[in-house]
Amino acid sequence: MTLTYTQAVEKFEPTLGLEVHVELNTQSKMFCGCSTEFGAEPNTQTCPVCLGLPGALPVVNRTAVESTILIGLAMNCSIAPFSRFARKNYFYPDMPKNFQTSQYDEPICVNGYVDVTIDTDEGEKKFRVEIERVHMEEDTGKSLHVGGATGRIHGAEYSLLDYNRAGIPLVEIVTKIVGGTGKYAPQVARAYVTELRDILRSLGVSDVKMEQGSLRCDANVSLAPKGSSTLGTRSETKNVNSLRSVERAVHGEIIRQANILETEGRVIQETRHFLEESGETRPGRSKETAEDYRYFPEPDLLPVAPSAEWIESLRKRVPEKPSLRRKRLQEAWGVPDKEMQAMVNAELLDTVEETVTLGIDPTRARTWWMGEISRIANEKDVAATSLITPRDVADVVELITSGELTDKLARQVVEGIINGEGNAREVVSRRGLKVVSDDSALMKAIEDAIAAAPDTAERVRGGNIPAAGALIGAVMKATGGQADAARVRELLLKHLGHL
Amino acid sequence: MIRKSALEQSQLLASKEISSADLVKEHLEQIEKVDGDVHAFLHVDREGSLKAAEAIDKKRAQGEKLPPLAGVPLALKDVLTQKGIPTTCGSKMLEGWRPPYDSTVVEKLHAARIIILGKTNMDEFAMGSSTENSAYGPTHNPWDLTRIPGGSGGGSAAALAAFEAPLAIGTDTGGSIRQPAAVTGTVGVKPTYGGVSRYGLVAFSSSLDQAGPCARTVLDAALLHEAIAGHDERDSTSINAPIPPVVAAARSMDVKGMKIGIVKEISGAGFQPGVLNRFRESLDLLVQAGAEIVEVSCPNFDYALAAYYLIAPSECSSNLARFDSMRYGLRVGDDSGASAEEVMRATREAGFGPEVKRRIILGTYALSSGYYDAYYGSAQKVRTLIKRDFEAAFSKADVLVSPTAPTTAFKIGEKANDPVAMYLNDIATIPVNMAGVSGMSLPCGLADEDSLPAGFQIMAPAMKDDLLYRVGGLLEASLLAKWGKPILDFAPQLGGK
Repeated sequence: MTLTYTQAVEKFEPTLGLEVHVELNTQSKMFCGCSTEFGAEPNTQTCPVCLGLPGALPVVNRTAVESTILIGLAMNCSIAPFSRFARKNYFYPDMPKNFQTSQYDEPICVNGYVDVTIDTDEGEKKFRVEIERVHMEEDTGKSLHVGGATGRIHGAEYSLLDYNRAGIPLVEIVTKIVGGTGKYAPQVARAYVTELRDILRSLGVSDVKMEQGSLRCDANVSLAPKGSSTLGTRSETKNVNSLRSVERAVHGEIIRQANILETEGRVIQETRHFLEESGETRPGRSKETAEDYRYFPEPDLLPVAPSAEWIESLRKRVPEKPSLRRKRLQEAWGVPDKEMQAMVNAELLDTVEETVTLGIDPTRARTWWMGEISRIANEKDVAATSLITPRDVADVVELITSGELTDKLARQVVEGIINGEGNAREVVSRRGLKVVSDDSALMKAIEDAIAAAPDTAERVRGGNIPAAGALIGAVMKATGGQADAARVRELLLKHLGHL
Repeated sequence: MIRKSALEQSQLLASKEISSADLVKEHLEQIEKVDGDVHAFLHVDREGSLKAAEAIDKKRAQGEKLPPLAGVPLALKDVLTQKGIPTTCGSKMLEGWRPPYDSTVVEKLHAARIIILGKTNMDEFAMGSSTENSAYGPTHNPWDLTRIPGGSGGGSAAALAAFEAPLAIGTDTGGSIRQPAAVTGTVGVKPTYGGVSRYGLVAFSSSLDQAGPCARTVLDAALLHEAIAGHDERDSTSINAPIPPVVAAARSMDVKGMKIGIVKEISGAGFQPGVLNRFRESLDLLVQAGAEIVEVSCPNFDYALAAYYLIAPSECSSNLARFDSMRYGLRVGDDSGASAEEVMRATREAGFGPEVKRRIILGTYALSSGYYDAYYGSAQKVRTLIKRDFEAAFSKADVLVSPTAPTTAFKIGEKANDPVAMYLNDIATIPVNMAGVSGMSLPCGLADEDSLPAGFQIMAPAMKDDLLYRVGGLLEASLLAKWGKPILDFAPQLGGK
């Protein structure tokens, strides 16, 4: 028989270990001045250093060290007063030097934690995920295997190598063993990676785009029989590339391992690859015979010994924890959960907050950014924040509040700003978009409309109020849409003997 | 002209008694004449060096102010990159590779307007003490063509001794500048670690490698030292401090009151008697000049060789991993059926010579999990102890001295099958690299047994390289007065074929 997930977590206690690799968003690479921009022509962002040419030497990118210390501080780590780079030796064609410059036994940040909260049937539950280490290293190049059925190296006709990625700064964040989660292990894994992503985003040190690989997660999972004090054999699921996949991968691994333990009784220590379609994992490299990386201190680099003053000045740059901030803003603004989540997912929380700080009502600010502006951004396939500034949005909202613009006119103003026609006031004057608030001008248009459709006017006089719609429409048309429709209706009905 | 020192050549250039083009031509003719026998060069850049010389002559004619050594030719060890010029490191692995960039040393040579004649022979990837490990055949000692010129920088030293160039660049990981200088009757300096940039120096052992000047006189070495030294932000281990005043020191001729420490552990047992005789006579000359001799003990030097042969191979096993045929250099076995891994294996099997393979295997073993602490870890502790020995010794003496190498030049092939005997050549030079301090070898006479040159080693604290030149300059002058002519005038004339 096959165990279901529920049965699996009834019989076995899962233990997690999560390793996250983050590409930093520094302008230049970890050890040379090459650009880190994503998507350039292959092998155009390389130099003797990141190609590992004979004689070339690395120099540490100070900004990358700062970013790593910031990450460590945000995750409550101790910052080592003395840390070193080490060489991790192994052969692979996409690694120019055939060793990766990384950190080994002297990482820059150690012993931190991240608290996460998950929603369960039993209500909110809190877990503390302890951090073992945060260290710096360099990324490898990329191999593209051409020909063959699988796109993998085996069976390929030839392989292409792109070293643009080689040397991009990576930070590896490793948790300690995460136990005691029980059946919530998949949710805790996801909540942790989500929290981590939000922290990194708030620090501004990485693009944290899982789909582009700037945040990659490896999930270690092992099972032990309930009540057992020893840990089971773990598997390591590689490169899980979305938050949802983190949860699914852990879920899938728990079922797979539980069924092995039920039948054959032995889980193999190995690397596995997550399959997006099925939510299952397939075997990769076996780790039964542990690879010997022959780590030793990198002799080409000096130790990194951040001064206490430097660390303290960086500590001041660590912003409020994203989860706490969200909670604070949600309460202050009175936003429902779902809308709050949508705003976070759209990465517009900062922007809305900025708009609110300019004195704008939070609901209006949120509605503009999440509604009209996001709609246009989606159409154009760009970020909403690249279209218009919080200042512009605030100006538009102020014009609505003061009655100078209707919502409909305001949309035209926003469109004008996006088209580069100037700020809100400039667009209003250039397009002549003022609300027609002069009653005498409106009365003239109303009289014209009645004269043009005397029959309709007669029906309204006779009590057929809905017929007034056609006349209001005509007035709106005549005023180029700049009249306040409610006011037109009021004046028209009064004129025709109602009210 | 070619027998003159670099300083004399530069003075004749400055006074326009000779053009740089003619000077380069004379050296190219000498190379043509003798290098078939000596084999100091792996690559001679006739066109490039002549063109550079002509450009300098033109500038000089236009009255442009030029650096002191402008227009003087130089031989460059084939382990430093020079843009567009073949750089093999004496290995088949890099046959035909033309680096796309200049090493910092080459940039500085260009800035000093020194003419690079070509690239000199060396033990493969600088591993050896005889230049017999070159994949392109050995270099022969100009004093006796059946003998080795030392190594790994045998090509640079032989080029000086054979008057193929008045200046050369070497690199020294365990003695590769100083021991060849000793056995060829020339001067070689290993500057303080970090004194000269390693950027563009193809790494053998990163924590020990150091490029430095080779010349026929102490003052020439100082002039070259000054031209290539200085901080380089592309080398993280480069020292950010002013260059020690080496040229002034070489000219000072003053050792009065200096304390000179003989290191007991590397100045007696196991050394050729004739080498020791010349060493002791040199000490007498220093005493006559007003220096005080003291004896110091550096007990941990006894472990230096063993520790060196763990650290250097460990670093080399990692540094040489990049030679995998994927991006440059030799590629073997790429028959379109073989996997990348198989091609890497076949290339490394074919491309590296036996000594390189021996050290890669040693280093791989020493770094392996389970052995690391016993080997690499212990060796690093020995290194710390050697540093402390130096500190203690330098508290008693301004400089330390010893013979540079235990013997004079041995016969080609004599030690080729006995790696440990070969390694013992560097017993007196290795401690300097292990501690990162500075060292010089200068000729102190011919050994009684074989009338071949013996080397005198001076060691100074880090960034006090000027002390080497102060003592070396005076000793050189005293010896010259005693001999009546430069030591290389005692060497046989090379006739060529």
